[in-house]
Amino acid sequence: MINILIAILIASVIAILSVNVKAKGIVTLSGVILIALISSIVAVKALLGHSYGILLSGPALFGNVMVNIDPLSAWFILTINFTILTGAIYGFNYMRKYIEMKSELTLHCIAYLLAYFALLGICSVQNGFIFLLFWELMALSLFILVIFEHDKPETLRAGLNYLVQSHISIVFLMLGFIYVVYKTGSYSFEAISDFSSQQSTLAGTTLFLCFFIGFAIKAGFVPFHTWLPYAHPAAPSHISGIMSGVVIKIGIYGILRMLLLIKTDYTTIGFIILFISLITGIYGVMLATIQHDLKKLLAYHSVENIGIIGIGIGLGCIGLGATNKWMAILGFTGALLHTLNHSLFKSLLFFSAGNVLQATHTVNIERLGGIIKRMPQTSLLFLVAALAICGLPPLNGFISEFLIFGGLYNWLYSASLLSLIAIVFSLGGLVLIGGLALLCFTKAFSVVFLGNQRSTFNSEINETGFWQLIPMYMTVIFMMFIGLFPSIFINALQIPVNQFTHDVVFNLNLIKVGALDSLKTLNWLFLGFILLVLLILWLRKIQSRKKLIERGLTWGCGYSPSGVKLQYTANSFVRSYSKLAKPILDIEKKEVEVVEVFPSGKHYETHSYDKIERILIDKPIRYMSRFAELFLFLQNGQLQQYILYGIIFITSIICLPLIISKILSILHFLNNL
Amino acid sequence: MLSIILILFSSIFFAGFILRTKSIASGRKGPGIMQPVKDVIRLFKKGTIYSETTSIIFRIGPVIYFSSVLMACMVIPFGPYKGIVSFDGDFVFFAYILALGKFFSIISAMDTGSSFEGMGASREALFSMFAEPAFFILIGSFALLTGNTSFFDIFSTLHLGSSITYTLGGLAAFVLVMIAMIENSRMPVDDPKTHLELTMIHEVMVLDNSGFDLGLILTAGYLKFAMYGAIIADFFIGGLSVSFALPLFLFIQLLFAVTVGLIESFMARFRMNHNPQFILALSSVSFLIFLGVLLVLEKFL
Repeated sequence: MINILIAILIASVIAILSVNVKAKGIVTLSGVILIALISSIVAVKALLGHSYGILLSGPALFGNVMVNIDPLSAWFILTINFTILTGAIYGFNYMRKYIEMKSELTLHCIAYLLAYFALLGICSVQNGFIFLLFWELMALSLFILVIFEHDKPETLRAGLNYLVQSHISIVFLMLGFIYVVYKTGSYSFEAISDFSSQQSTLAGTTLFLCFFIGFAIKAGFVPFHTWLPYAHPAAPSHISGIMSGVVIKIGIYGILRMLLLIKTDYTTIGFIILFISLITGIYGVMLATIQHDLKKLLAYHSVENIGIIGIGIGLGCIGLGATNKWMAILGFTGALLHTLNHSLFKSLLFFSAGNVLQATHTVNIERLGGIIKRMPQTSLLFLVAALAICGLPPLNGFISEFLIFGGLYNWLYSASLLSLIAIVFSLGGLVLIGGLALLCFTKAFSVVFLGNQRSTFNSEINETGFWQLIPMYMTVIFMMFIGLFPSIFINALQIPVNQFTHDVVFNLNLIKVGALDSLKTLNWLFLGFILLVLLILWLRKIQSRKKLIERGLTWGCGYSPSGVKLQYTANSFVRSYSKLAKPILDIEKKEVEVVEVFPSGKHYETHSYDKIERILIDKPIRYMSRFAELFLFLQNGQLQQYILYGIIFITSIICLPLIISKILSILHFLNNL
Repeated sequence: MLSIILILFSSIFFAGFILRTKSIASGRKGPGIMQPVKDVIRLFKKGTIYSETTSIIFRIGPVIYFSSVLMACMVIPFGPYKGIVSFDGDFVFFAYILALGKFFSIISAMDTGSSFEGMGASREALFSMFAEPAFFILIGSFALLTGNTSFFDIFSTLHLGSSITYTLGGLAAFVLVMIAMIENSRMPVDDPKTHLELTMIHEVMVLDNSGFDLGLILTAGYLKFAMYGAIIADFFIGGLSVSFALPLFLFIQLLFAVTVGLIESFMARFRMNHNPQFILALSSVSFLIFLGVLLVLEKFL
C-alpha cells in the first residue's frame, strides 16, 4: 500500500510539472482523491479493529521503521482526508483567480500533495527519526503553501514567523526523541514506551512535557499560539481551512500518541493539560472577540477550540489517573469527536470567509455588511458553521461539548477537594468560552452578512460559483449528520478510546452510565426541535396568507435617514465587553479629539495586540537583537574575512575535543597527586 | 407531561400577575389579569411589516427563539413527575437550546441595521454570557450534592438528607430569580417600560418585529418566566406527593410573579455599566452555594 501511495505521489508531482497551468489543478485533485481513497480504506479497517502494520527494514542510522495504522491514527487519517479533500476541491476553484501566476501554482500544487503525504506519514510511522522527517516535510510544504502571495510583505512575514516557530517545535520534539535514543539506542516508538515504564514518574513526566511543548506549538496552545493568528489570515483561504482544520490537529495527535506511549502519572499530566487548555480556551476566545479581521478572528477561534479539545484530553487523563472509567471515556471521546467537528466547521468558516474575500477583496469586517442579500448561500453556510462552533444544538459542536460536560460532571463522583475546585473553575471556564463564542459569532455574522452594506466596492458582489460551494455543502451535510446521528460516531470512537483505557483497571464503584446514554434522547429532541420550527413556520404561513404583509423602513425613532452609517459596528458591538476585559487585553486606541465649535472630521481607531506575544515573543527578540548587535563589527562584507571565520570555526571544532581531553588529563593528574 | 401543562398554564397568568402587582403597588386599578394574553392573541391575528433592510434571518429568528424556549420547557420536571424527557446532562441541553434562541434573537435584531437594536443585541449577548456560569455552577453544586446529573433526579433526591438543603434551595432560588430577570430583561438589569430606546435591552431588540412574530416573542417571554418559576418551585417540591406539590407549585409561581412586580415597582434600573458587575456577583453567590455543598458533604475535613 505504501508503495502505491508513493507511486501516486511521484506520478502526480511529475504530471504537475509537465502539464499546462489549467490541468495542474485537475492533476492535484485526482492525486488527492486517489490517496484519500486508498488511505481511507485502510483507516476504516483499522477503525473497525483490524490495524494495519508493516515493518520496513531501514539502515543502521535509524533502524527499522514500523508503519502502523492503529485506530487512533485511523481516526486522524479520516479526519485529515475529509478536510484535505474538500480543501482541494475548494482550492481548485478558488485558485482560478490566480491562473496567471504559473510557477507559484506549480509549487502550490506540489506542496499541497507533499503536505498531505507528510500528514498521513506523521499519523502512521512509529519511528522517531522518520516522524521528524515527515514533520519537517509538513512544516516546509505548509510554509510554501502559506506564502503563495509572497509579493505581499505581510504574507512573507507571517510565513517566516510560522517557519521559525515550527522549527522551535521541532527542537523540542528532537530533544525528546534524542533523549530516548541516548538512553535506549532506538528510534522506535516502542523504545519510548519501554523506557518510560522503567524510569521514575518524574522522568516520564518531564519527557512527556518536552514532547507536549513541541506538539503544543503546532497545536496552538497558549502561550505557544502566536504564529497562528498571522499564518492563517495570510494563507489562501483553502490553506487557512486545512491549517486550522487538520494541521493544528496533528499537534493534538502527537499529544495523544505520546499519552499512549509514555507510562507515567496520568493525574499530574491531566491537571497540567487541563490548566493550560482552560487558559488557551478563554484567552483564545477573548482575543477573537475583539478582532476586526475576519480570518484573524477565525484563527483565534482555532486557539479556543484547541483549548476545548485539550480540556477533553485533560479530563480523560485525570479519569485514567482516578480510575474513573466514564470520565476517561467521555473526556477522550469528547476530545476526539471535537477534533473532527472542529476540522469540519472551521474549514467551512474559512471557506466562507474566502468567498467573501474573493467577492469584496477585504476581510475587514467593519467595511462589510449586507452580504446575505448578494451571497445568500455563502451567508447561510457561514451561519450554520457559526452555530456549530458556538456548540449550539442541533449541530455537531454541541455533541462533543456535551460529552466534555458529561466528563466534567462525572468527575464529581471521584473528586477530592482540590479537584472539586478544579471542576468549578473548569465548568465556569467552559461556559464562559461558550458565552464569549456566542458574543463573537453573533458579532461576526451580523456585521459581515446582515444589515446594510457599509462601504462601496469596485466590483459587484456576486454569489460564488456552484463548484466552489460544493465542498462547503459536503461539509455542512457531514456536520448535520454528526449532529443528528451522533451514536454512529461515538461507536466508531470506542476502539480508539479503548486504546487509552484498556490498560487501566477501573474502580467499578464509580461507574455511572452518564452522558453517552443521553445521546439517544438528544437525537429525538433535535428532530423534535426541527419539526417544531417547521410547524411554527407553517402556521405563520397559513396565518399570513390572509393578512397584509408590508415592507417598510427600519424604525429610527421617527427619523429615517440612510441607515448605512448609523448601523452598529463590530467595534461598538463588543465595546462594553472590551472595556471589561481591558486589564487582560492590549487594545490601543487612537482618537482625534473634537475641539472647535464646528468640528470637521473625527477620527477614531482601535488596534488590538496580543499581550502574551508582546511579553513572550517581542521582548526576548528585542533583547536578542540588541545582544547580536554587539557582534555587528564581524559583518564587514569582505569575503576573505568570512573565509577566515570559517577556518577559525573548523579549526576550533577539531581542536576542541583535543583541548578538552588535555584538560581532563591534567585534572586527572592533579587528582592523583 | 404534567410539568409542561403546568408551565403553559402558569405562563398564561404570569405576566398578568406582574402587571396587577405593579398597578396595585402604584395605586392604580390596572388592566385585568388576562390582558397580556389578550394582547398576544390580538397580535397573532395581525399582519406584519418587515423592514426593507432585513433578510430571511429576521423572519426565522422569532420562530427559532420561540421553539427554543418551548424545547427548554420540555426538560423541566414537576416535583414527583419527570418532564417530557429527562436524561443525564439535560440541564446542559436546557442552557444550550436557550442560547440557540438567544443567538437568533440577537442576529435578527442586527439584521434590521438599526443602531438601537444593535445596542440592545450587544447588551443581551454580553449579559447572558455572564449569567451562564452562575447557572452551571449552581446546578453543578446540586449535582455534587445529590450525585445525579439530570433535573429530575437532582430535584427528587435533593431533600432526602438533611434540612440544610432547604437553605441552599433558598440561595438557589435567589440566583434563579436573578437569572430569570436577566434572561427576561427585567428590572434591575433592564426596564421594559422605559420610553427611551437607548436604555432598553430586550424591548429595543424587538422594535421592528410586529404581528405574528412579535406575538411569538412575547409568548416566549411569558413561557420563560413560568419556566424559571417552575425550576425555582422544583427546588422545594422535589420529594413531595402531588397533593402537596401542586398547590405549592402554584403558590411559588404566584410568589415569583409578585416578587417580580414588587422589584419592578420599588427598584430603579442599574446603570448599564454596573450590570456586568451585578451579574458576575451572581456567580459568586453560586460559588457560595458550592461551598455550602462542600460543607454539607464534609469535604473540608
